Amino acid sequence: MKIRIKINGVWHENDVEPRLLLVHYLRDVAGLTGTHIGCETSLCGACTVLLDGDAIKSCTVLAVQADGGEITTIEGLASDGNLHPLQQGFWEEHGLQCGFCTPGMIMASQQLLVRNPHPSREEIRRGIEGNLCRCTGYQHIVKAVEWAAEHSGK
Amino acid sequence: MATKLLGERIKRKEDPRLIQGRAHYVDDIKLDGMLHMTFVRSPYGHAAITSIKTDAARNAPGAVAVFTGEDVKGKLGFIPCAVEMEGLKVPDHPCLALGKVRYVGEPVAAVVATDRYLAADAAAQVEVEYDMLPAVTQMEQALESGSPLVHESLGDNLAFVAKLEGGDWKSVEADPSLKVIKQRLVNQRLGPLAMETRGVIASYLPGEDTLTVWSSTQIPHLLKTQMAILNKIDESRCRVIAPEVGGAFGSKLNVYREEGVACFASKQLGKPVKWIEGRRENLAGTTHGRDQIDDLEIYVRPDGRVVGLKCLILSDMGAYHQLLTPAIPTLTALMILGCYDIKNVFVETKGVFTNKMATDAYRGAGRPEATYIIERAMDIVACELGMDPVDVRMKNFPAPGKDIVLATGVSYDSANYQKTLKKVLKLSGYSKLRKEQQRMRKKGKLLGIGLSTYVEICAMGPSSRMPAGGWESGTVRVEPTGKITVLSGASPHGQGEETSFAQIVAEELSVPYDDVTVFHGDTAQVPMGIGTFGSRTTAVGGTAIYHATQRIKKKMARIAAHKLGIKPGELVFEDGKIQTKDGTKSVTFGDVVQEAYFARQLPPGVEPGLSELYVFEPPNYTYPFGAHVAVTEIDEKTGEIRLRNYFAVDDCGRILNPMLVDGQVHGGLAQGIGQALWEELIYDENGQLLTGTLMDYALPKAHQFPWFETANTETRTSVNALGVKGVGEAGTIGSTPAIVNSVVDALSSFGVRHIDMPLKPEKIWNLLKHGAMPEGTQHDS
Repeated sequence: MKIRIKINGVWHENDVEPRLLLVHYLRDVAGLTGTHIGCETSLCGACTVLLDGDAIKSCTVLAVQADGGEITTIEGLASDGNLHPLQQGFWEEHGLQCGFCTPGMIMASQQLLVRNPHPSREEIRRGIEGNLCRCTGYQHIVKAVEWAAEHSGK
Repeated sequence: MATKLLGERIKRKEDPRLIQGRAHYVDDIKLDGMLHMTFVRSPYGHAAITSIKTDAARNAPGAVAVFTGEDVKGKLGFIPCAVEMEGLKVPDHPCLALGKVRYVGEPVAAVVATDRYLAADAAAQVEVEYDMLPAVTQMEQALESGSPLVHESLGDNLAFVAKLEGGDWKSVEADPSLKVIKQRLVNQRLGPLAMETRGVIASYLPGEDTLTVWSSTQIPHLLKTQMAILNKIDESRCRVIAPEVGGAFGSKLNVYREEGVACFASKQLGKPVKWIEGRRENLAGTTHGRDQIDDLEIYVRPDGRVVGLKCLILSDMGAYHQLLTPAIPTLTALMILGCYDIKNVFVETKGVFTNKMATDAYRGAGRPEATYIIERAMDIVACELGMDPVDVRMKNFPAPGKDIVLATGVSYDSANYQKTLKKVLKLSGYSKLRKEQQRMRKKGKLLGIGLSTYVEICAMGPSSRMPAGGWESGTVRVEPTGKITVLSGASPHGQGEETSFAQIVAEELSVPYDDVTVFHGDTAQVPMGIGTFGSRTTAVGGTAIYHATQRIKKKMARIAAHKLGIKPGELVFEDGKIQTKDGTKSVTFGDVVQEAYFARQLPPGVEPGLSELYVFEPPNYTYPFGAHVAVTEIDEKTGEIRLRNYFAVDDCGRILNPMLVDGQVHGGLAQGIGQALWEELIYDENGQLLTGTLMDYALPKAHQFPWFETANTETRTSVNALGVKGVGEAGTIGSTPAIVNSVVDALSSFGVRHIDMPLKPEKIWNLLKHGAMPEGTQHDS
């Protein structure tokens, strides 16, 4: 099937199998390997990207379902060479160790901050509960999101 | 003044690539002509393979090859077990099953195709016929005569028996004043669950006769040796690269069947072959952790002084030995006395084969089990004698500040367990908590306060006591431009040593931190090393780098002194200069580097170039310690546990970067708390894995934890020049018993002395509903 998807501001047109998962499309067809696969069952959140502004788990969406849509991946978050406040926050607050969950965690946090620009710690924890991290114990991730909330729009 | 780097909170060098999606994990690597491999795995815990039909799979669209156990027999070696132990039975461990399958998920056939979807399609066409056999999944049943045998040729399911004895048991057993307390503790099976599953790319080039392997591993050098042996390739022609590795926790400290088969397939087909593990494969076929039954006898004086500990350990090996499987419970025996001066010890450990995946290292590897045993024991003593758990611990600690040899033969250095315990009591407001608990109880509310004071054995380790070398290599090379390349034989995968190693080198040489770059993981680039595990990377690998840096300094000082016409001993490294202590004579760092490479006026006997290798052999392990307090609330209507507060004071020796130490402690706490409260791998009696997806395996989530309150004491070790002990496993080791002690403490007024993990609400609810005894039948502290 022919699909047309705007990824990080650039339109991509491809002929894909109907069964191709969006995450495989992003990684193998569009060559954007920043989005990771941790479970293929939408339970870990490593594959989280924004589709038309909503955080989705791209391992359980077909590429054809995203036809005509606009996607932001971790590669599209920084602008003009400047890190996004969430990226900076994760760096400042040691919000990552092995880094494998990080792209998905940042994309989920992005939606969280859009919906709630100044979340409490409890709201951050609830907001990222669909994203699993095995390294950090989450506390520094919470601090990273707080850092981003404090520094957004500055 | 030179910039101070050691001990400072410095942001990680690793992060820019990771936060921008620019890192390369195995699955992010693509090679020309690369094929994709998938495995057909056993759906049964125990079965005979009666036939495998592969024709349809071979003819499937995109399929390139199918390999079965018969196809690789004699051509691909067995999976190694590195452990040497008297009487240890080591069954053959082929890369693909031969004749029989012994656990769910065991690889039976490998299917190679042009893409991952077509490989999965073709694999579905492989027809395997099985005759199901009775499985054995419980250790005690496995040791009974007449039990199904995991390996018939071994005659029984007993892998080994090991004994550790110290002290004078005759006098202990003859002492009528001693109270003997018995308790069984079950340490359940866990999944390590790194967020990146395993994965491998093997690329054999027939023209060059070279094999390059990218694998998500903790031990690239050891893997290189093993892949050469398994695939009968000259090791000089093998290269292993651990690229970005997305967590491991011990589960990638191994040599796996899939790695062997990928190399075999690439060699057969002359093309690169990639295999990426799925999460269900990861839960079924990547090594598991823990899985012990511990029968404990505590010999204690009426005043709370414990004089003897006996423990019979049953340790579940699973169906085969992986690299270190039988060694893990021996660490439990070694550390079973924890941080207490108990004069008499007897431990008998039996390793048992069952129809389950192999166990092996998982964060802590044998020491969390030991700490759980001894820390539960201390609380059980407190409960039986009506004492405060703090008092029991204080009574049994060795005197502070002394090196001590325990009945187990372990010698602890720089011990001061009173210090961390006092600090955590203050941090947590322990006495206030006890008062709050009294008030809550009067209102019928359940509040628990749990302690754990642990010591761990880290910085693995002296080679004389390690299965395959315990040293580590460090290389420091000053490039002609003055930039500094650091190569570590360790293979960190999230711990942050690209940062802490750069801190060591930059501070020692007094050069900008940004001028230092650390590499690891590529056997073609990095001299032979051991890897990252056992909280060893900074303590052993970092020390190697420290000494390599000293060698660089010595050489640079000689060159500088020659230029200045003075003695090298008069020189110091200061702000990019090599100068006399009073600063009157100096040369720049860059000038000395240039001289080292241009070699026009080198002192006599000095070789050109500036690259130094140091291999550090640690003279002993290190023994970090700490004290934790967990506060839990229990909903008496639902049995639900709320972890309200967690306080941790850890002493990991000198701290090079407090941010990294905090990160390691937090992550460790989450895993240890996860074991206490939620995580468990469950097999049914047929060997079916009932918790084989993330839907069933309760990996902890962000909202389940309180804000961790952490602090440190810094007692440097004398075992290495940095004074560093290691911190990767501390949180996991300390937290599990603190949580269980806390919950049992909350329920002590109901006569509860022990509950096995994980502490699921239904267990608590049942205890409250059915097992409850009237308040006051036991101690009420």
